[in-house]
Amino acid sequence: MVWYTLRRCIGALITLFFVAAVIFAGTELLPGDVATALLGRDATPKRLAQVRAQLHLDRPVGERYWEWFRGFVVGEWGYSLARPTQAIAPLLGERLWNTLWLALIAASVGIPVSILLGVVAGIHRNHVPDVVISVISLVGMSLPEFVIGSLLMLVFGVMWAILPAITIAPPNASFGQLWPSMILPATTLIIVMVAYILRMVRSSVIEVLQSEYVQMAYLKGMPLPQVIWRYAIPTALLPSINAIALTVAWLIGGVVVVETVFNYPGIGRLMTAAVGDRDLPLVQAVGIVGAAFYIGVNLCADIATLWLTPRLRTQYW
Amino acid sequence: MKQLSFVSWVGIGLLVIHVVMALAAPWIAPYSPTAIDATQAMQPPSLLHWGGTDRFGRDIFSRVIYGGQIALVISLTSAAVAVIGGGLIGVYVAYIGGIVDDVIMRCIDALISIPSVLLLLVIVTTFGAGNGVMIAAMVLSYLPSVVRVMRATALEYIPRDFIYAARMRGEQTIDVVWNELWPNILDVLFVEFAMNASWIVLAVSGLSFLGFGVNPPTPDWGLMVNENRAMLLLAPWGILYPMGAVATLVIGLNLVSDTIAHAFGIDRSRGMPI
Repeated sequence: MVWYTLRRCIGALITLFFVAAVIFAGTELLPGDVATALLGRDATPKRLAQVRAQLHLDRPVGERYWEWFRGFVVGEWGYSLARPTQAIAPLLGERLWNTLWLALIAASVGIPVSILLGVVAGIHRNHVPDVVISVISLVGMSLPEFVIGSLLMLVFGVMWAILPAITIAPPNASFGQLWPSMILPATTLIIVMVAYILRMVRSSVIEVLQSEYVQMAYLKGMPLPQVIWRYAIPTALLPSINAIALTVAWLIGGVVVVETVFNYPGIGRLMTAAVGDRDLPLVQAVGIVGAAFYIGVNLCADIATLWLTPRLRTQYW
Repeated sequence: MKQLSFVSWVGIGLLVIHVVMALAAPWIAPYSPTAIDATQAMQPPSLLHWGGTDRFGRDIFSRVIYGGQIALVISLTSAAVAVIGGGLIGVYVAYIGGIVDDVIMRCIDALISIPSVLLLLVIVTTFGAGNGVMIAAMVLSYLPSVVRVMRATALEYIPRDFIYAARMRGEQTIDVVWNELWPNILDVLFVEFAMNASWIVLAVSGLSFLGFGVNPPTPDWGLMVNENRAMLLLAPWGILYPMGAVATLVIGLNLVSDTIAHAFGIDRSRGMPI
């Protein structure tokens, strides 16, 4: 078991290295280069040479990439291009905390709710509870996050005015100041998460309830709630771990739009602003952080699945 | 036809309505989507303006119909390229096997490991916004997962005897892939197309909402929601009509993909659109 965990961790690190290369390469493909983009109309050859020397653009790509990656790992993340006095690391740090709070609330409410609804829908398949829950799931899957967010904002923030529609607290506000602003964005994320996980849990529950040992338990005379609680749910949850991990990882992407809708000071909104300003170091930094989180969550899901399914440990990789 | 449930017909109907309206846009749209008329700004829906007007006086109904054109063209093109390209790569890689398989799957894993929104934003940072960039970005974001699925599907067919027989006959790799493997994976391909099309519609509208999609004044549903968001209380029709359009299109695509999956016997519940 330890050996498998170790191999998965090494694999994740290699993937992170490749992902960093992809993100770095993406911004290197800029027509012209960073210096031209930075100077814009002031781009005389002399100034271009100066900026290039300043940003070390005259060194070979491999060396630049290694410098950047090494600086990243060590903790020197450089400075933002749009606001040259702003160091990236503290800026990212405080925004990242805000986003992690949001993601934590969304995940801790969303996962139990979706499992509950999925199990209920699976048990009462094709009856009224299932139909209602499936329709809700379909609508939740089909509406983009900004639509759900805007509707929530319209109903709860404007028409009934019981929750703050947009975030007024500054980015370095503490949790105590920030939590009222988290409710609507978290609800938006929860609705979308539940719609997806619900489907997965529902189909697993249906599959398990049709298996022979569950039917045997039921025919033996075991009461249905006990059958469900002891046999159906644990088995159905196993394939859902993967879906749950994918969904938590999806939060990185979903959070970008939701934070923009509600003006919430997290890394999603930071990324949008950075892309708008074409602030390359910041875009690279947020990209790497997002990818690292994604890879980390997938790694945990992999290890959890390995731990719960001993049969998988006989495979080589 | 008789076997299709009511829900499937709803999905097909929604999709047909969207396609017809997008194709017939020049004939059925009462106004030009970019025609500004300041005297008519922020009018509620009426007989004159079926969807009301936004704050520049542009007719919302016409903008929704023309926005449908853009949305459908970009989404269906990206979905088609992503799925066909992904299918070819996946099947080819599955058949070749060996070191080529390993290398390409590592690259695909690296691409999948970047959340698609972040990848889209990185591409937009580098290349700017616009239709072509969006199509390329969508293809790059959704092609890797299609490759994975198609490779897994093809791997189920490769050990079979008829592939072995084709190789013994002396057929070239490309002939085996095209004549033997490709027709067998087509059903999964169609389901993947419908699923990815619905996700790409969501992603395109999300990207336009952030301001990195089509350039204004070209109408796009996401962009319309963004523009009209400021007047949410005064003029909610500005966001309700494009929202309804996006929702019905994606619901239609989801229901159609469910129908196709059900008809081919494929399990569709796979998880988040990453």
